[in-house]
Amino acid sequence: MRNKLLSAPYLVWMAMFTIVPLCVVVYFAFTSSATGAFTLDNILQIATYTPIFLRSIGYAIAATLICLLLGYPVAYVIAQARPGAQRFLYMLIMLPMCMSFLLRTLAWVSLLQDTGIINNLLGHFGIGPLPLIRNAGAVVAGMVYNYLPYMIMPLYTVIMKIDHSLIEAAEDLGCNGRQVFSRVVFPLSLPGIISGITMVFVPAVSTFYISQKLGSTSTTMIGDVIESQFKAAYNPNLGAAMSLVLMVLIFLSIGIMNRFAGADEDEVITV
Amino acid sequence: MSESLIRLTELSMLFDGETVLDGLNLTINDSEFLTLLGPSGCGKTTTLRIIGGFLSPTSGDVFFNGRRINDVPPYKRQINTVFQKYALFPHLDVYENVAFGLRVAKLPKEEIDKRVTEMLGIVSLSGFEHRAVTSLSGGQQQRVAIARALVNHPKVLLLDEPLGALDLRLRKDMQNELKRIQQAMGITFIYVTHDQEEALTMSDHIVVMDKGHIQQIGTPEDIYNEPENAFVADFIGESNILDGVMLADYKVRIFGHSYVCLDSGFAKNEPVDVVIRPEDIDIVPAEAGVLTGTVTSVTFKGVHYDIIVDFGGFKWLIQTTDFQPVGAKIGIMLEPDAIHVMKKSVYSDSFGDYSSYSDEYDELEDDPEGLCDEE
Repeated sequence: MRNKLLSAPYLVWMAMFTIVPLCVVVYFAFTSSATGAFTLDNILQIATYTPIFLRSIGYAIAATLICLLLGYPVAYVIAQARPGAQRFLYMLIMLPMCMSFLLRTLAWVSLLQDTGIINNLLGHFGIGPLPLIRNAGAVVAGMVYNYLPYMIMPLYTVIMKIDHSLIEAAEDLGCNGRQVFSRVVFPLSLPGIISGITMVFVPAVSTFYISQKLGSTSTTMIGDVIESQFKAAYNPNLGAAMSLVLMVLIFLSIGIMNRFAGADEDEVITV
Repeated sequence: MSESLIRLTELSMLFDGETVLDGLNLTINDSEFLTLLGPSGCGKTTTLRIIGGFLSPTSGDVFFNGRRINDVPPYKRQINTVFQKYALFPHLDVYENVAFGLRVAKLPKEEIDKRVTEMLGIVSLSGFEHRAVTSLSGGQQQRVAIARALVNHPKVLLLDEPLGALDLRLRKDMQNELKRIQQAMGITFIYVTHDQEEALTMSDHIVVMDKGHIQQIGTPEDIYNEPENAFVADFIGESNILDGVMLADYKVRIFGHSYVCLDSGFAKNEPVDVVIRPEDIDIVPAEAGVLTGTVTSVTFKGVHYDIIVDFGGFKWLIQTTDFQPVGAKIGIMLEPDAIHVMKKSVYSDSFGDYSSYSDEYDELEDDPEGLCDEE
C-alpha cells in the first residue's frame, strides 16, 4: 500500500504533463484551425508531407544501424574488460552526455563547415574545401554522434550479464570464437539490441535541431516541419496531427520489432 | 579397459602467486569412472578445468591418447563437460540445447534428430523437447546438461559437482543413473565432488586431493579400508586416529597394550598413526574388554547409535546398534582387521580425535553446502 502511495506524485505528474497534453494534441489534430470544428483535413493534409516522413524514417534507420555497428563492438569490449577498466570506459562513453545536446551539435557545425576545423586542416594539404555540411551525411553523422551512448548502454548491460559459463559451454560443445558469438553471445544480447535500437530510433526520427544545424532545405525532417507549424506557420492543428501520426508510426515500428525478435517475454525498455 | 587415455605429468597451477596444484601426476584409464575427491580449495576443479582446456597449467603437461594437448582449445578436444550450474542456453529449448554440439558439427538433420531423441530417452526426458530450459526443475536441467554433453559421443565426460544443487533423494537417483549411463556408453567419466559417499558409490577409482596434492589414489575399498594418511582416513568416513608404535610386523602398541594387526613393512619401534573405524569396534562387558571406558554421549543416528567413549582422557567414536546409556562402563575388543596402521604424515595429530565431538557435529549442521559431509 505504501509503495503505491509513493508513486502518487509521479502519477499526478504524468497525468498533468503527459496524458492531458496528449489529449490536447488529439483535440487539435481533429479540429480546424479556423473554426475549431471537427475535421479530418489536418490528417488528410499530411499526405503531402509523405516524402519528408519517409526521409526522416530513412535517416533514423541509417543512424540506428550505424550506431548498432559502431556500438556493439564497443559494448562487447567494455563488457569483457576488467572491472576497473569497465568503469573507466563506461564513463568515457557517458562523458559527452554531460555536455549540452545543443552545444555538441553546434560543435559539429564548427567541425564540418566549409571554413571549419576539418576543411582548414585539409586546406593545408591543398585539399578541399569538401562539402562536409548541409547534406544528409552530416545529419546522420550528427545523429550517430548524439545517440550512440543510448545504443551502447543497453548493449553493455545485457552483454555483461551473460554468464561466462555459457561461453565455456559453447566452446566445450565445439564452437570456435566466431561460432560462440553467432550461436550464443549474439542471440543472448538480442534484448539489448532491441532496446538500443528503440532508444536511438525514436529520438532520431523526431529530431529537428540536428537537421537544422547540419542539414539543408533538402534534408528537412518531420521534426523541423512540426516545429515550423507551431512557430512559423501558426498552424498548431496541422502540427498536432503530424505529431500524432509520427507517434503512431513509432509505436507501430516498436511493435513490429518486438514481435520480430520474439522479445515479448524479455525485459526490453520500450520508450 | 585399463588402457591409459589421459595422463597429467607434473601439473602445477598458480593463481596470483598462490599454488593451487603442486606437481600433480595422474593417469586416467579408458572407460573408467574416476572421481577427484577433496575439500573445497583442494585443486580438484582446477584439475578438471585443465583437462577440459579452460585453464592452461602454469607448468606440466596434459596428454590425451599419448598426444600433448596443452595448447589445444576446448572446442577441438574430444571432451565434453557437465558444468556445476549446468550452463544451459536460456535462448534455446530442451531439444536445441541437446542438439547444440551436433549442429555446430554440421551433422545431417536426420542424424541430429535421431541422436537427440535417443539421448532424451536415455535421460528420461522424452516429451520435453520443446519446453524452455528455464521452466525445468533442477533435476531435469541436470539431465539436459548430461544429455547435451553425451550426445556428442565424447571420449571423456567431465562432471563438476553436477549433483551439488539437488536434494538428497534426487541425488541418490542420479548417482545410480550416471553410473548406469557410464557403463552403458563405455565413456570415461571424470567426476569432481567433495561428497565422499557419492565418490564411494560411483567410482572405479578415487583420487583424494588436498592442498594441491594427491593424497591417495585407489578403488573405493582401498581408500576406505587402507587410507594412506590421517587426512584420507578422516575425510572418507569417520575414524579414530591414535598414536601407536609398531613393535614388529603384525604387532602394534596402542595405549600400552599390544595388538595383533595385518600391517607390516614398518621399522622396528616406528611411531605410526593407527586408524580404527567406529563400526569395527566390538563392545563387551567392562571386565572382558582390553580397554575400558565411560560412555559420555549417545546420539541416535537411525541405523545405529554414535557413542563417545572416554578412555582415560582420549575420546573415541563408536558406532553400535546396542544402546549404551551415558555413564555406562564398557569394554572393547579389537579384531586384527579392525586395526589399520599408517605412516606418520603432516596430517598426524590434526584429525581423528573426538574430544570435541559435539562441536564438530554442530559445525556440520551449520554448513549449508555440506562441504564437510561426513557420515
